[in-house]
Amino acid sequence: MSLSFLDKSYNAFHDDQSFEEANSNTLTLYKEPGLVVPPTFNNAGFRDQSHEIAKKFAKGTTTLGFVFNKGIVIAVDSRASMGNYISSQNVKKVIEINPYLLGTMAGGAADCQFWERYLGMQCRLYELRNKRRITVSAASKLLVNIMYSYKGYGLSMGTMVAGWDHTGPNLFMVDNDGTRLKGNRFSVGSGSMFAYGVLDSGYRPDLTEEQACELGRRAIYHATHRDSMSGGIINVYLIREDGWHKISSTDMDHLHWNYVEDKKKEIADRNKL
Amino acid sequence: MTTHISPQMASSGTQHGKFEPYVNNGGTTLAIPGKDFVIAAGDTRLSTGYSIHTRQSSKVFQLTDKCVIVTAGMQSDASTLHKTMHARLVHYEHAHGKQMSTEAIGQMLSNMLYGRRFFPYYTFNLVAGIDSKGQGVVYGYDAIGSYQSVEVGAMGTGQSLIQPLLDNQVAYKNHQLVPSKELDLERALSLVKDSFTSAGERDIYTGDSVEIAIITQEGIKYETLQLKQD
Repeated sequence: MSLSFLDKSYNAFHDDQSFEEANSNTLTLYKEPGLVVPPTFNNAGFRDQSHEIAKKFAKGTTTLGFVFNKGIVIAVDSRASMGNYISSQNVKKVIEINPYLLGTMAGGAADCQFWERYLGMQCRLYELRNKRRITVSAASKLLVNIMYSYKGYGLSMGTMVAGWDHTGPNLFMVDNDGTRLKGNRFSVGSGSMFAYGVLDSGYRPDLTEEQACELGRRAIYHATHRDSMSGGIINVYLIREDGWHKISSTDMDHLHWNYVEDKKKEIADRNKL
Repeated sequence: MTTHISPQMASSGTQHGKFEPYVNNGGTTLAIPGKDFVIAAGDTRLSTGYSIHTRQSSKVFQLTDKCVIVTAGMQSDASTLHKTMHARLVHYEHAHGKQMSTEAIGQMLSNMLYGRRFFPYYTFNLVAGIDSKGQGVVYGYDAIGSYQSVEVGAMGTGQSLIQPLLDNQVAYKNHQLVPSKELDLERALSLVKDSFTSAGERDIYTGDSVEIAIITQEGIKYETLQLKQD
């Protein structure tokens, strides 16, 4: 059997002139992974049961991201619960798509992990085909198009795609019903309203990097404190022009007692005046 | 299997059994990684509801010379999954002339589980093996393929009894003062045995015996521990 179609696409990466032509050939080689959805199969009878099993891992989360003058801060908690049981206290909810792109995890852990890994692959293929990095806008659109094509199938995913491209820092929020929003401040998950409260009141575009990271950390801390479904460790990432950097990974309990100490000192100082 | 008949169906004369593809067969699995070893264990009781079907059904499946999988949940899905994984691994070995690395097996299982995203395998897996650096690793999964390497992993009906204690004793979680020290094989093994005897006392689905796989660079050794037969 001839594998000439492979030769064609192989040559394409070494020959600029046949680039357009090769692109149309290679596209058919990379298809979405085959998920088993028998077209005649009716799962209505056990949909509740299978959904329960499918969602049995990560539920309940607080994640946030915001753009400021120096870049983007991403902060998340690390708890995963199955009903009343805490199934993990150290989940990695920031998914490192590539050195310039981060995704966050809220909703079904497997859905986020799988599709953001797949997105990473698509972004790498984009680089190889087009000889430049994909924009955050395009990457988030690849993801939302998948979400939209699976609409109604019961995927569960609330994610932020953040990164730095040739247009500067960019932040998008994508979810399973096909929403894709560009914005400067987002928080996703069961604890998001607590995080928003802190984030909105402390946010300014001219924050320093340290202040911005601390704002993100504090916002997630307050969410872990008030939302039982959020907790564990607080991870903070900062995205600059040179890509993302992991800033800190702190147990929320340590933060709690530090904040209590700070408050005590503040009160003592005020009483001295 | 219980058959539910709705009133409408009964009155119309036709009877349709509700499609219930999932059964929890109970049981507990456990895996602990160490610096140059890893222990994986599973009890051998298989039940549905209050009936014990067998006292010698294995949950441990050897994948390569330095990797095993332990599966809790539903036996039929577990056995299908183990067979499919085995076929993939045999194929890999023929194609590449070497066994698949533990890390690759970890990612492969995730993809296989997610491939059944819309009709999941009712299985909760732990993959335990020696990685390419010679260190012990354990990957923990949910039913549809989300996975992460863990410091200690318990799955199945005894999970909530065992996991919090081993978080404390193996991963040194939730300590205020005690510094973490390296776990040796002897202590890990004794923790595994104590965990299963204790879970067997309080969980009706855990009991009979425990199969323990001890994996080192030298190979895999198996041990059996008898539990109470009630």
